Amino acid sequence: MEHIVIIGNGIAGVTAARHIRKLSDKKITIVSSESEHFFSRTALMYIYMGHMKFEHTKPYENNFWKKNRIDLVKGHVAKVNSEEKLLQINGARDLKYDKLIIATGSKPNKFGWPGEDLDGVQGLYSKQDLELLEENAPNNNVCKRAVIIGGGLIGIELAEMLRTRDIPVTFLVRESSFWNSILPFGESEMINEHIREHHIDLRLGVSLKEINPDENGRVKSVTLAETGEEIECNLVGLTAGVSPNIDFLKDSGIKLGRGVKVNRFLETNITDVYAIGDCAEQHEAIGNRRPIEAVWYTGRMMGETLAQTICGNRMAYKPGHWFNSAKFLDIEYQTYGWVFSERRKKENETHFHWRHPKEKLCITIAFDKDSETLLGINTFGIRLRHEVFDRWLDANKSIDYVMEHLRDANFDPEFYKGFESEIVSKYNSDFGKSINLKKKNLKRIFQIA
Amino acid sequence: MSTYHKSMALTGEPPKSLSIGQKLAVLLGFSGLGILLLAVFNVNFPNKTLWLTLSLLAISIGTIWFSWGAYWQKMPGIKNDGVWFKSISSRGLWAWMAGLALTGFYIVLYFYPEYLGLVNEGDNKGVIGLFDPLSKVLNGSPASQWFVYGTLYTVAILVFGIKFLWKYRHNRYERLRTWSVMFFQLAFAFIIPELMARLNGHKILDGGSLPYYDLKNIWPLNYYNFESYRIKAFLTSGEIGFALLVFGILSIFVITPILTYKYGKRWYCSWVCGCGGLAETAGDSFRQLSDKSTFAWKVERWVVHSVVVFVTLMTTAVIYSYLGTDTSKYWLTKSSFLIGVAVLLTLVFGWAMIFKRNQLQKDAQYGAIGYFVIIIALIGFHFFSGDGEVFLFKSGTLRKSYSFLIGSIFSGVIGTGFYPIFGSRVWCRFGCPMAAILGFQQKLFSRFRITTNGGQCISCGNCSTYCEMGIDVRAYAQKGENIVRASCVGCGICSAVCPRGVLKLENGPLDKRIDSNQVLLGNDVDLMALVNNK
Repeated sequence: MEHIVIIGNGIAGVTAARHIRKLSDKKITIVSSESEHFFSRTALMYIYMGHMKFEHTKPYENNFWKKNRIDLVKGHVAKVNSEEKLLQINGARDLKYDKLIIATGSKPNKFGWPGEDLDGVQGLYSKQDLELLEENAPNNNVCKRAVIIGGGLIGIELAEMLRTRDIPVTFLVRESSFWNSILPFGESEMINEHIREHHIDLRLGVSLKEINPDENGRVKSVTLAETGEEIECNLVGLTAGVSPNIDFLKDSGIKLGRGVKVNRFLETNITDVYAIGDCAEQHEAIGNRRPIEAVWYTGRMMGETLAQTICGNRMAYKPGHWFNSAKFLDIEYQTYGWVFSERRKKENETHFHWRHPKEKLCITIAFDKDSETLLGINTFGIRLRHEVFDRWLDANKSIDYVMEHLRDANFDPEFYKGFESEIVSKYNSDFGKSINLKKKNLKRIFQIA
Repeated sequence: MSTYHKSMALTGEPPKSLSIGQKLAVLLGFSGLGILLLAVFNVNFPNKTLWLTLSLLAISIGTIWFSWGAYWQKMPGIKNDGVWFKSISSRGLWAWMAGLALTGFYIVLYFYPEYLGLVNEGDNKGVIGLFDPLSKVLNGSPASQWFVYGTLYTVAILVFGIKFLWKYRHNRYERLRTWSVMFFQLAFAFIIPELMARLNGHKILDGGSLPYYDLKNIWPLNYYNFESYRIKAFLTSGEIGFALLVFGILSIFVITPILTYKYGKRWYCSWVCGCGGLAETAGDSFRQLSDKSTFAWKVERWVVHSVVVFVTLMTTAVIYSYLGTDTSKYWLTKSSFLIGVAVLLTLVFGWAMIFKRNQLQKDAQYGAIGYFVIIIALIGFHFFSGDGEVFLFKSGTLRKSYSFLIGSIFSGVIGTGFYPIFGSRVWCRFGCPMAAILGFQQKLFSRFRITTNGGQCISCGNCSTYCEMGIDVRAYAQKGENIVRASCVGCGICSAVCPRGVLKLENGPLDKRIDSNQVLLGNDVDLMALVNNK
């Protein structure tokens, strides 16, 4: 029986394993040094915040793996010998494989800052990182102030986590506004305000010069590059992005770039070795996507696709329309299609932006300047229906059509106040249109004739 | 993992200790409870009206003040910080103490009301005596243990309802739902029945007296609604009495199916019902304690459906026992009643088997078993029953065991007493026959579902953790599948706590409602087709 070995039990590896099991009877083994069972990485923050216990973050019951004949090996792969198809594992016996799937995810970026390896300096990615955080910042007596370096999704999550324990947080963001390499100005500005509402000391346009130790080699303070200001702190969170976790593959003969180089079929340069999820790097980016996509959803899609290939139906990874989501403290964010920030948007991309006068709600719709075709939407504080936007993007609907049918796309809980008429009237006045908003229609939404 | 948990236990701590205001609020609330406790031990309060008012006010203001302290400074949003660090909400010492106190209270309430001061002849003593003035104002008679319980129950729903309204002030669905349960408890369960009691003996009832009737309490939740003393009371209370009896029958056979078809069983379980009302308000802090394992799910289905079979048989037996045999005296006789029940059950069962077979899967066998047990029992009634007896039991015995096992032990002692240990919906999930019947309707014949928003689920587990009914919501959401579960009471918390906007409770067309296609949107079309055509 063919033996499929998967390194990494995150969403990519586990999805691959589950789908291979659905499609075949192959022997499947998952190796991980992080945790015994699959858990949802995105939920780690909720454990620290006390919303859930670790057990709750496991999407499958413990007996699921045995029931589905997926073997779990706890150990750290030290070396991949692709000639003999053999894995050397610290903490477990060597493992022979017939096909190998590398799904080892990411690790937090470090950029060679002085003091970045001191005690009390850490990233937030793995279960071990969370355990370390519990030691470094159990409460505001042990951790009197935390400084977070890097204004991305993990940075704001870490800030939210620490604030639930009343730990003062200084949040250093290199850009002039939060996440403005991704978000258009208005949205980024609204999140700035919201971060400050939560009593987080947000410093924009500020970068780190160095991290200073105390006499015991623990972090004592950080020094800012621009002003030379020194901020005392007991924890430094390094959240300036992640990069593929592939150091153990250095001498394996597997071709590496920033990540494991793969073709559209998620195959590496070596036969029977594949890579999926955060650690995989496409030779050429797909559409507007980046060559490395460190996103939950893409990991899941790659896992599904590769399972087809492994089970004899060779299939290319062809992700459909981009989508993503996040939550910035209390504000939910969803995106469908592409909305680029001012810095990255192309010449033909026009934005329509609406923001609620008081509440923290806004949307930005991107459309083509000439054809007026919908390119994408960002939404903050208003939930939108994935299927509807996917369909509209598929059909190259115009922004006028989207405006007219905006109520069909709302996904807020029942009885929520809708803002569609405010949005459409702003659109009409911004662009000199006279769109009439249509009523919500269940037949259209659910595609029933 | 073990080291991890150790470190959480040792150093993980609530985000905030109590503020001074909250400590004073606790003191005030407990002093209100203290007055009641002193009354239990027969401390004689000179001015009962004054002391009862003081006590109830202290409890209410204490609780509301405490909740205000917890939420007023915070931005609107999900407020689950530290839930698993706090002793009371994570089965710690406080939880066990609260659980023991509550179960103790229920045992005394159901089985030893004399310790609360109930006196059958003459003036009440103790805590029941303390409630006499209020009872006399409302219904004109002295209080009973049920009046004391009803008052405290209503106070609990109202004050914890206010807490819930603050906690979810950003969520309009939750706010409306909570106003609704607060209204139905105060008006339908508490005030209206007490005022109705004032009509007793009045000429408007032809001099009859109505049984105590909480109008929103529908058979089989109020399993006693068709017992002989109630039927007699209804039938001797003029047109109003007759109308109430008809309303009781229509409630279960007509009103309930229609509303459940349109809105799902939530119209009742989390918008109207008193048990649900308490679970959603006072029980809200314990919703995360429900057991999500598949084992618990199996137990749930066996137990709750057995209760349905039990209550159907019991009620049939009770009605059967007081009907006559002579058609010339009354149109409904023992045999025509049994035949009627059998026909009705056969129609329901046949409809489900013929039209909904594909949705039932394995459950069909269990349904069939339940159905045949009842039918055989009905036949048994007919052939083996004597006067006042059905089958081999006295109908009274069946009724008494149901009332003891289900009505008291299950719904009260375990259902509410163990809130801090098993979560707030143990009764609704494992025991309530009404919930089971509505669940059957919801699963097979309703426009209600929880829609999963395409591929946006990140499997975090907030939805499953905070589902009070123990539904593993995530198991569906992460597959892109809609959630159509008999037990879902539609509280909407899964949707509220979802950090990615994945879940929406809604009523829509039956077509594609269950939608078992595991569509992970965003993926290439032919892969989606493949996954779906597995």
